[in-house]
Amino acid sequence: MRSKLLPLYQAALLLALFLLWDVLTRTGILPPFFFGQPLRVLERVWEWFSTGKIYPHLGVTLLETVLAFAIGTIAGLVVGLWLALSPTASSLLDPYIKAFNAMPRVILAPIFAVWFGLGIWSKVLLGVTLVFFVVFFSVYHGVREVSPVVLSNARMLGASRRQLLRFVYIPSATAWVFSSLHTAVGMAFVGAVVGEYLGSAKGVGYLILQAEGVFDINTVFAGVLVLTIFALILDRAVTVAERHLLRWRPGNIAGGL
Amino acid sequence: MQDSIASALSLDSVSCTFPGRDGVPYTAVREASVAVADGEFVSLVGPTGCGKSTLLNVAAGLLAPGAGEVSVFGRRLTGLNRHAGYLFQTDALLPWRTALDNVALGLQLRSTPKGESAARANDWLRRVGLAAHRGKYPHELSGGMRKRVALAQTLILDPKMLLMDEPFSALDVQTRSLMENELLGLWSQDRKSVLFVTHDLEEAISLSDRVVVLSAGPASRPIAEFAIDLPRPRDVAEIRLTPRFVELHTTIWQALREEVLKTYAQEESAA
Repeated sequence: MRSKLLPLYQAALLLALFLLWDVLTRTGILPPFFFGQPLRVLERVWEWFSTGKIYPHLGVTLLETVLAFAIGTIAGLVVGLWLALSPTASSLLDPYIKAFNAMPRVILAPIFAVWFGLGIWSKVLLGVTLVFFVVFFSVYHGVREVSPVVLSNARMLGASRRQLLRFVYIPSATAWVFSSLHTAVGMAFVGAVVGEYLGSAKGVGYLILQAEGVFDINTVFAGVLVLTIFALILDRAVTVAERHLLRWRPGNIAGGL
Repeated sequence: MQDSIASALSLDSVSCTFPGRDGVPYTAVREASVAVADGEFVSLVGPTGCGKSTLLNVAAGLLAPGAGEVSVFGRRLTGLNRHAGYLFQTDALLPWRTALDNVALGLQLRSTPKGESAARANDWLRRVGLAAHRGKYPHELSGGMRKRVALAQTLILDPKMLLMDEPFSALDVQTRSLMENELLGLWSQDRKSVLFVTHDLEEAISLSDRVVVLSAGPASRPIAEFAIDLPRPRDVAEIRLTPRFVELHTTIWQALREEVLKTYAQEESAA
């Protein structure tokens, strides 16, 4: 399926699904009360954007997502490099890292809400705990898989320990970070929206929660649709950055999944 | 030749033991002594797995010997051998740097101003015939081109000695003899001391001043050495057809064959 018509087919599939949804709810096979109606959903999305009502909420959610993504990625990179290069620290912290990773961290949301209030920071922190581990593990394994020959070569050419970090470990880890960033973007969104859903005064998650309270299923779907579109846009931005920064990688066509 | 004052590099009764499988320590080399005089091209040949690379890593200071001593220009080696450039058997270029940036790496690590290091790297790329490929990443270059970049990357720092670990073994026959001639051409300009490891006897004879034969591993050590009195400059492809080459090859092969057969026998019994 490498045809130029592929995007067209993909769009057609989307349209078909919407049509099916529309027909099923219109004929009453699926009750519209529970399943919403695609036209109403689109109407709501249009209304949000035309009146500008969505912007403050969307702005907050995106800010939380981007902050969680940036802080989590940088923290994951730094800690990943540190633990991969320091066997003592890594063996000391190993059980804790495993425990934190195994813990269902979404459950921390109420605790963060208590600690940091209902503003954006409780959501950012939840997002950070999710993003951090994704990036951390890929950097950690990436650094340990740096080719020993490349390392020896850099050392023979005169690289000090610090220079090895700058010229070998960090560029090599960057490649691994990018492989995890697509997952990390999604995680940052989960952190922001779940945090909002559990307690906030602003954000798309808050809109969804309110709509759910009055059984306005169309608005819930509209919120989900908007979030999905913005998650795709962020994912696309990661792909563009990846293409630029990882030109050196063989077969880096960065397409598909 | 063995005079320690004239030696650029000398390994003296070096032994290396590694923790092996099943807790049985594996002795790769035992009491090996090899010396390379200033400006001399010495090859180490031996059957596969005889500890040639181990000796090279010891000479580079990448591996500390369990026993014995290494001296470089009369001084005892501790840590990395700062006088040596190392050409590795497998690809050792930094894959995220272009050919030009790879060649300039050593200068950059020494904080050479950017303009100067770029100019010198460009000059070296031209000398190895890759001026047109300076902006390419390693995966965009052929195996022979990557070897040329690696050669330029090492030689740009003007090391006093070169350590080479079967650098051309992965290349096809034609590229290989081109690279060997190129190496000889570059070497003849300033006669660095070279320790060249190979399992290919013809390559060893056609390049070297002296060939040292190692015994089969484990616990291998030099068992014979032969001065190569072929005239220079040499063409590696043509010199193989001369009677003297054939004569030397026959003599050295007799020493080497026994060791190769031992290795075969070991592999048979292990299998």
